[in-house]
Amino acid sequence: MKFEGRIWKFGSDVDTDAIIPARYLNQSDPKELAKHAMEDERPEFVKEVKPGDLLLADKNFGCGSSREHAPLALKAAGISCIIAKSFARIFFRNSFNLGLPLLESPEASEVIQDGDHVRVDLTIGEIEDLTLGKKFHATPIPPFMQELLQDGGLIPHLRKKMNPQR
Amino acid sequence: MKMSKPMTITEKILAVHAAKKAVSPGELIEVRIDLALANDITAPLAIQAFKEIGVEKVFNRNRVVLVPDHFTPAKDIPSAEQCKILREFAKTQRLTHYFEVGQCGIEHALLPEKGLVLPGEVVVGADSHTCTYGALGAFSTGVGSTDLGAAMATGRLWLKVPESLKFIYYGKLNPWVSGKDLILATIGDIGVDGARYQAMEFCGEVIKNLPMSGRFTMANMAIEAGGKNGMIEPDEITFQFIKQRSKRPYKTYDSDPDAHYADVKEYDVSKLHPQVALPHIPSKVKDVREVGKVKIDQVVIGSCTNGYLDDLRVAAKILRGKKIAPSLRLIIIPATQDIYRQALKEGLIEIFLSAGASVSTPTCGPCLGGHMGVLAEGEKALATTNRNFRGRMGHPNSEVYLSGPAVAAASAIKGRICHPEEVMKRRV
Ligand code: SF4
Repeated sequence: MKFEGRIWKFGSDVDTDAIIPARYLNQSDPKELAKHAMEDERPEFVKEVKPGDLLLADKNFGCGSSREHAPLALKAAGISCIIAKSFARIFFRNSFNLGLPLLESPEASEVIQDGDHVRVDLTIGEIEDLTLGKKFHATPIPPFMQELLQDGGLIPHLRKKMNPQR
Repeated sequence: MKMSKPMTITEKILAVHAAKKAVSPGELIEVRIDLALANDITAPLAIQAFKEIGVEKVFNRNRVVLVPDHFTPAKDIPSAEQCKILREFAKTQRLTHYFEVGQCGIEHALLPEKGLVLPGEVVVGADSHTCTYGALGAFSTGVGSTDLGAAMATGRLWLKVPESLKFIYYGKLNPWVSGKDLILATIGDIGVDGARYQAMEFCGEVIKNLPMSGRFTMANMAIEAGGKNGMIEPDEITFQFIKQRSKRPYKTYDSDPDAHYADVKEYDVSKLHPQVALPHIPSKVKDVREVGKVKIDQVVIGSCTNGYLDDLRVAAKILRGKKIAPSLRLIIIPATQDIYRQALKEGLIEIFLSAGASVSTPTCGPCLGGHMGVLAEGEKALATTNRNFRGRMGHPNSEVYLSGPAVAAASAIKGRICHPEEVMKRRV
């Protein structure tokens, strides 16, 4: 799986209230949620983000609540992949369950700049910054998680497993 | 219980639920779930996921719990629609444990109170503070809605076995210091990702003497350090708590003396004074005497962290016969109906009302900026809740400070953040 787009760079400990403020959680339509993604943190994000763009962050991205609305909002906003030094645990699970890939690469997180154009090859875990002309390697995604992504997330994966004849 | 290799309590519970003799940190396992929980925010997505999997029935109608507690009693039409989804699902699936407004309470206070979680069990909940039940010696952790939909359908879930961290507390607690201060100090020490993906095991003489309320508070905030679960070995205090609430059989586990820990931290609590977390991160923790003169607009006492009867008793002890500062609003929210009723019986509610507090029916409400006390631009609140991220209680330019109930109640009287001693004058 390959993705290409511009980088939106964020700092460390970006919490789920920053990704999607709780005041919008009285509904769960991905398109509606996407309209408010990162709104308190970086108001221009939702207006300018394009399908395929990537998010880059420092450590512990997605800490805080278990709200799946967070990865859902980012995915619906068009984000194809998130690269960070590290991710909070529940956010990590949720993203893969929804078919949104995450890559851990401390080096990429340091070097890549906001607005850079980046290409990612998930299968080999390679991140290429086309603006800087540099390549980085990410922690390989465990085979089980790769399988989840291939199937499009946990639900299609389970549907396949539980109803093999369909 | 003797097993094939030294293990921590977390590893033992997971091994049993994965039908294995032993598990090791890092291992991906599939476990059997004893209980699956969701609320009015996360259940609608979980129910959608459940339906998409294409199964007819939940794995066990006695083991799926739905608690509409966040935006309830429904604060607006979209919230009411979310609640309706839960209500209808509970009805068609004939769930035994659906808690309608009037029987409801904040999920993490409610489930232990109803005897729905027992030591040695595995609980997953589509809410990050599901880690609260570690206070009972259960393995419990927060997951997302899709995971929960899968758990409701299959009664199973994949997990990575976490490494364990051990936190030992010794010494004598100072007056007005509670479980909240212990956990705030710990998070201040290790940071918001100090226990990322790990099990936080709390032990030592201080924990052995801590009431269940303080234990719930501590396990509850494990997630604030990035922890996967909090854990306290069950003891006499746990058994007493359970005895009045459940007749179901259960098994207890404990950590082997030679079990492996990624790290061991020791804290001498004799030097610890009430703690406050400053905006906008729970790890920005200071001794209350070092916070300076911070004027506040609102105090909230409640939530799954500190909405227990013991918390209300502490607050009442301080507020008795006093008035809150006229410049400030005090909102008190008992975590469950039973706590509410008991507080009424003990005269605590009367004390709160006389002091000038607003007392609400059980709800998460302001804890997540939902309703019942949302902050305006530039306002500052002191809350006994667990998170103070930017915008957590309302406007993105409002601020939240976190503390235990004693500091919160005293500060409500003074109108600024203060040590309880300032209003209690050395009278112990
Ligand atoms: S009280 Fe606050 S932290 Fe607890 S479940 Fe409700 S919203 Fe979450």
